[in-house]
Amino acid sequence: MALSPYFACKMGGRPSEARGRGAERLNRKKVVVRRKFTMIKSQKSVRSTCPYCGVGCQIDLQIKDEKIFRVDAPFGVAPNFGRLCTKGRFGTDYVHHPSRLKNPLIRKDIGTKPRKAIGMDGFREATWDEALDLAAEKIAEIVQKNGGDAMGTFCSAKATNEDNYIFQKFVRGVIGTNNVDHCARLCHAASVAGLQIAIGSSAMSNSIAEMKDLDVFIVVGSNTSETHPVISTFLREAVVKNGAKLIVVDPREIEMTQFATSWLRQKPGTDVVVFQAMAQVIIEEKLYDEAFIRERVEGFDNYAASIQESTPEWAEEISGTPADEIRAAARLYAKAEKAAIYWGMGISQSVHGTDNALSLANLALLSGNLGKEGTGLNPLRGQNNVQGCSDSGGLPAVFPGYQSVTDPEIKAKFELDWGVPLNPEAGLTTMEMVDAAEKGAITGYYVMGENPMMSEPDLRHARHVMEELDFVLVQDIFMNETGEYADIILPASSFAEKDGTFTNSDRRVQLIREAVPAPGNARDDWKIISDLAQRVEKKLGREKSAGFVFDSPSAIWDEMARLTPEFQGITHARIVKEDGVHWPCPTPDHPGTPFLFADTFPSGKGKLTPLNYRPSQELPDDEYPLLLSTGRVLYHWHGGTMTRRSKLDDIYPDPTVEVHPKDARPLNIHAGNWIKVRSRRGEIRVKVLITKRSRPGMVFIPMHFAEAAANELTLDARDPQAKIPDYKVAAVILEKA
Amino acid sequence: MNNTITLIIDGEEIQAPQDATVQQVLESINKAAPIICAHEATTSEGICRQCVVEVEGWRVLAPACVTKVSTGMVIFTNSERVNRSRRTILEMLNASVDLSEAPELQAQMDEFGADRERFPHAKTREQDVKDDNPFFVRDYEKCLLCWRCVQACGDDIQYTYSISVGGRGFDSKISTFFDSPMPETTCVFCGNCVAVCPTNALKSKTEHFMELGLDYDEIRQEKRAEKKKMGKA
Repeated sequence: MALSPYFACKMGGRPSEARGRGAERLNRKKVVVRRKFTMIKSQKSVRSTCPYCGVGCQIDLQIKDEKIFRVDAPFGVAPNFGRLCTKGRFGTDYVHHPSRLKNPLIRKDIGTKPRKAIGMDGFREATWDEALDLAAEKIAEIVQKNGGDAMGTFCSAKATNEDNYIFQKFVRGVIGTNNVDHCARLCHAASVAGLQIAIGSSAMSNSIAEMKDLDVFIVVGSNTSETHPVISTFLREAVVKNGAKLIVVDPREIEMTQFATSWLRQKPGTDVVVFQAMAQVIIEEKLYDEAFIRERVEGFDNYAASIQESTPEWAEEISGTPADEIRAAARLYAKAEKAAIYWGMGISQSVHGTDNALSLANLALLSGNLGKEGTGLNPLRGQNNVQGCSDSGGLPAVFPGYQSVTDPEIKAKFELDWGVPLNPEAGLTTMEMVDAAEKGAITGYYVMGENPMMSEPDLRHARHVMEELDFVLVQDIFMNETGEYADIILPASSFAEKDGTFTNSDRRVQLIREAVPAPGNARDDWKIISDLAQRVEKKLGREKSAGFVFDSPSAIWDEMARLTPEFQGITHARIVKEDGVHWPCPTPDHPGTPFLFADTFPSGKGKLTPLNYRPSQELPDDEYPLLLSTGRVLYHWHGGTMTRRSKLDDIYPDPTVEVHPKDARPLNIHAGNWIKVRSRRGEIRVKVLITKRSRPGMVFIPMHFAEAAANELTLDARDPQAKIPDYKVAAVILEKA
Repeated sequence: MNNTITLIIDGEEIQAPQDATVQQVLESINKAAPIICAHEATTSEGICRQCVVEVEGWRVLAPACVTKVSTGMVIFTNSERVNRSRRTILEMLNASVDLSEAPELQAQMDEFGADRERFPHAKTREQDVKDDNPFFVRDYEKCLLCWRCVQACGDDIQYTYSISVGGRGFDSKISTFFDSPMPETTCVFCGNCVAVCPTNALKSKTEHFMELGLDYDEIRQEKRAEKKKMGKA
């Protein structure tokens, strides 16, 4: 911009620089110079992907003096089209927080057991060589003494696809175990298990861009406007601008209910009942899509017979949702031209999470709302790269691209490419690793960018297990509750400091780019892992390396794509050109796949599965009279490692409990009081928020606060198929502190 | 093709889709009218009148952003009347609003030869910067009431409806219900309003503090002080 005369004047320039008639006038006018400062000019603008939720918003980081001072969003680019939420727009300042880890740390009392949680002063700073050599030695020792399966490893839904690919390559190819898992186990495992049974695939079937064109959609177990705020704006746009009908199924009066045509308020844990009843209505009133069922679905007769008794009246009795409303919702959904279902943790984090997901799949299969543009089944993914972490092989039973580790042909393919023998047994899941550690079968942990000491259910138990391990290696950007138990902590770089790709909720692979330098000696995850892997290989005396020499994340991606048919058409260069590509994308000229199952399901025909309602494991009683549900709030993120270190914490600084006024009155507690919430497992101290969002008899606690971790209270009850713990139903009592 | 119509723009015959606006057609022939209130993410309302064009036979100038094209229209985008109108709008805005951080408008003023001191005795919208939340500041003396932020907060992006226009005439201002501080409204601090603001009246707080000369760590101290003030040490 050419500096205009008036502008120059305001900025302290001379009035004589002003031109013509104005110059004369200017001298007469009292010019108020209000600004003692100047507008900040961005030194560079770096296109990247938001590090928070699974929407995968594209952002432009504006940098001055190696600091992010503003976050913009490009308006013409999918998936967010310029929209952001408070976390993406204002919450990335954690990147520059003074408490970022800058040097490798080694526990001072390394080797003493039981290990205690210690703060930063329990550690000493070390060089990379020292820390990596020591870590390699410890890992090699465990592998030689107890075998590779004695290591439990956690890769990260916050790290890039490339980081996770290298991580699982190290674990499978060098340590020799398939014990690699990540937090998806604690969030959408049940959705994955359910959808695998029903249709053989577990990703979101539609793209975010299709949302605006929906006719009817069901949002269940998802507080969308707080957990996926940008997606919620597209859903609201569909309602407000295009007249779409929204059915919300949620026990809490979440913001989306304000936009809903129908709000089915079930009791927590009774989702299956409501959806069974909806299916019953669809079958009884013959609202199902006969042609679709004939061609693409099996098990109809069996299923229809199984739900004859599941009437809306039966559902009303159990779930508290009026039968008429269930009927109306079923008709609305079945008759719609394009209908989709969106769900979140309320469906999957349950002891019957798999059943919940299956009940939704049943509805979609019955009504034929699947496999057309704008129709489908959409588990909303939590973490920015939880889709990608699973895609890149961060799961115990599969290589990248969901290729089974037990399939000899696939194993042979990877063995040939990596040049090392691989373990033919599927590994353990997150929770099974905790169990194995308790029994002594696992003696070492390698945790990259996860915080299991915050996110596991029944934390007291998890801590006890951690205390007895031989070796704990943590790799993170901050000290956190898990790092306090580590022997060695390796400092990693954050999303703004490295290159790579994230895969968002609708399977769109997008780039992140280095925008600022990493603090101190922190390094990129893939570099740390590659270095560590080579050192472990040396210590183990391996003749042949599995291959950890890469010059860039792009080269790592190319190796993964070479081994994964669904990624073969995607390269970093192509993403640069197209902003993002939806996998499956098998060839370079394939356009990518925004919506799935157009012709067929991965499992051939879709399966309708008869279900039985099982009550939740722990329900309120005389001793613990209130039902506890946990969840998230808009301003915080999961374990709070990031948001508690950003300005987001200023607006929501304290742990809270939402209490209904009817429950608060007899206890004589008021808004702002600090009270104790106690369950059979533990107790925490939180601040009271009086609200009618939940029904009387139910309290809600957000999970973000380390000083009052909601998971001190939750119980370690799991879904039998998905092994996912139930975070949504537990019994508690409130006490004055 | 039935859906195409013919019109004349600056003496040139142009084919255009029937339901297009004048601005869309102008954009397609690389002659986009200058804009203030229009934005690709918000609905055009024809508020600022900066995009006006002259249509032969019409009494008034037509805002290109909302006027639909029709057969036989004869449009002038660069006539004396059009340019005077645009110039005057800029001069009047500049007289009362602080446009120092609106580079696009500064460029337009140069383009149309606006006299920045044409109305030296105009009342200004001078007022204090509103700083009531951790995320952004509101400096309404830079606000020219383009309405984009209200649209972004409402039906064009966020559907949260926490801001609207309060007051009448010259006292019109963007305000919350009862003029409450932002944290007491339905605001979810998405900052989509900040993103569409053309004059930097809405500005991220980090940026604001950095402009005041504080460096990144001082901003954190600033945060702590603010926290203490709010009684949450």
